[in-house]
Amino acid sequence: MDLYEHQARELFKEHGIVVPRAEVTDSPERAREVARALGGRAVVKAQVKTGGRGKAGGVRLAADPAEAEEAARRILGMDIRGHTVGTVMLAEPCDIEREFYVSYVLDRASGGFLAIASAEGGTEIEEVAARRPEAVARIPVDPATGVHTATAVRIADAAGLPPQTVDTLVRLWKVLVREDALLVEVNPLVRTAEGRIVALDGKVTLDDNARFRQSRWGETRQEDADSLEARAGAKGLNYVKLDGEVGVIGNGAGLVMSTLDVVAGCGARPANFLDIGGGASARVMADGLSVVLSDPDVRSVLVNVFGGITACDAVADGIVRALDEVRLTKPLVVRLDGNNAARGRALLDARAHPLVEQATTMDGAARRAARLATAASTAGQAG
Amino acid sequence: MAIYLTKESKVLVQGMTGAEGMKHTRRMLAAGTDVVGGVNPRKAGRTVDFDNRTVPVFGSVREGIERTGADVTVVFVPPAFAEAAVVEAADAGIGLAVVITEGIPVHDSVALTAHARAKGTRVIGPNCPGLITPGQSNAGIIPPDITKPGRIGLVSKSGTLTYQLMYELRDIGFSTCVGIGGDPVVGTSHIDCLAAFEDDPDTELIVLIGEIGGDAEERAAAHIRAHVTKPVVAYIAGFTAPEGRTMGHAGAIVSGSSGTARAKKEALESVGVRVGSTPTETARHVLEALDAPAGAAPDGAARDGARA
Repeated sequence: MDLYEHQARELFKEHGIVVPRAEVTDSPERAREVARALGGRAVVKAQVKTGGRGKAGGVRLAADPAEAEEAARRILGMDIRGHTVGTVMLAEPCDIEREFYVSYVLDRASGGFLAIASAEGGTEIEEVAARRPEAVARIPVDPATGVHTATAVRIADAAGLPPQTVDTLVRLWKVLVREDALLVEVNPLVRTAEGRIVALDGKVTLDDNARFRQSRWGETRQEDADSLEARAGAKGLNYVKLDGEVGVIGNGAGLVMSTLDVVAGCGARPANFLDIGGGASARVMADGLSVVLSDPDVRSVLVNVFGGITACDAVADGIVRALDEVRLTKPLVVRLDGNNAARGRALLDARAHPLVEQATTMDGAARRAARLATAASTAGQAG
Repeated sequence: MAIYLTKESKVLVQGMTGAEGMKHTRRMLAAGTDVVGGVNPRKAGRTVDFDNRTVPVFGSVREGIERTGADVTVVFVPPAFAEAAVVEAADAGIGLAVVITEGIPVHDSVALTAHARAKGTRVIGPNCPGLITPGQSNAGIIPPDITKPGRIGLVSKSGTLTYQLMYELRDIGFSTCVGIGGDPVVGTSHIDCLAAFEDDPDTELIVLIGEIGGDAEERAAAHIRAHVTKPVVAYIAGFTAPEGRTMGHAGAIVSGSSGTARAKKEALESVGVRVGSTPTETARHVLEALDAPAGAAPDGAARDGARA
């Protein structure tokens, strides 16, 4: 889970990293008061979980409280790369002498973490990394020892950062470990005209798997999720909304991803990714089907199950149950193979719903579902 | 011969007395796995009866090894305790730890894989279906009755795609099938399995199943170019996955320009690996490669049709 800038800022502050004074609000009037409290001038920043805010006009410098109110009014409600701005953060401006970049990221290749640091921070860091990779130091961190002063000195030296940044490097590692983060990034980390080291902006990605021991972030998870995704998540389903017309349900992330690809290869677009998981019960299958059917963009549904732990008869039972609970108005193509497949197929045959048909292969099922979706949309246009 | 797991393997189950542990221990025993004990400090000294076998419960992995000569452990304990379970097993000197547990925090996975590496323990997983050497032994949750012993080695990030390919190629059979797991940090990589299959005389051809996220497949391609002489056929899932969305597996995410299925496919094809666009086409490539190593084109389509 990615955090908003203001949430990352709070974490940094808790761990003793210096951040500018700031406050978050969703009201332009309040923005004026906050700017006054900050001394008149303020940077007004859109709070969205995407990059490129500055270029989109989501960051403005206000010279006085009236300008801060006006800036907040303009930014609130803006759309930045598909994210609607719900809140702004007003921060005390600071006189930047130099900008740096520091982060710790998960390194899948080594199965550990990397410190990435550069003496050339700021919005152009990606271009610096691409054009002059030697300007960006990448140093593996031994997870057993972590980052203490000696390691931090090594990182700072390698990146050409001033010695004053060592303390921030040590504290930032603590944020990573104590908060179960996959990524912590400060960009820019600045040295002010007065010689202070301040984290002006930051990004933190937390590990959803660690929520059982990081409970205080539990509430922030669903706040900007698609409502169907929230509904599916509450039922323990793994659902991702896509923008096509063929609903896809399967068991296992790999098989569902593969099914999306095969549907796309048949000339249709998948409407979603829905994994009912391993060992799914009839209830889970019925819930999954009702989530997918409630998406108005869906024109046909493909259920592709290879039963390993999952029993195909339970899946079929779930489909039959769903047919009793929701009125099926869209065609459903079902492919069952593996564990108890014969019993599952027989259950569906016995139910004999006119809109449900079975296919014997994954490719054949995808072709059929794609054709049904296309036929439905053609008919829809004609009508 | 197979890789990592044979009929000689003596298997402990950490978490055997839990619901999942019980269910899958029964399945493993039925598949011929020599399950020699469970581990649970609170139930040490007891035994558990399965269909045809009574399995003792030990208080620690060390005790289990001392009493039975176990060399493999399968871990079913909940996420919060998985790191401790693997550390205990590695400290006791187990050779192979198969971690089925899903949802382990990444910091724990980093720690447990690093610790195991330092102790010389191979970790498969976490969040994986385990591995099976058909006809010999099954450590994990892969259904054992899909296929039979044969000459294909399979390594995969995805459980269900492992089953799908095992099923498609059931007539040929497999030396060993390894599900390495879809988490960002796993103990055994595609490259480790490619190297082991290359050295395994029973394996004639290797099937590699990858998916979006990270660059493990690109690194596997570089390894294949330099070290693998056996034919490799691959499948990559996730061509339609949008950027920035996690597709089920914690590691399956396209970030920016990295981790795309297209880049992985191209990297593999550039070193001579045939990459299927669907599991069925992938299976067809395998059949062609096995039947006609000289490059003739057998009628894969007809065979597929007959099967459907």
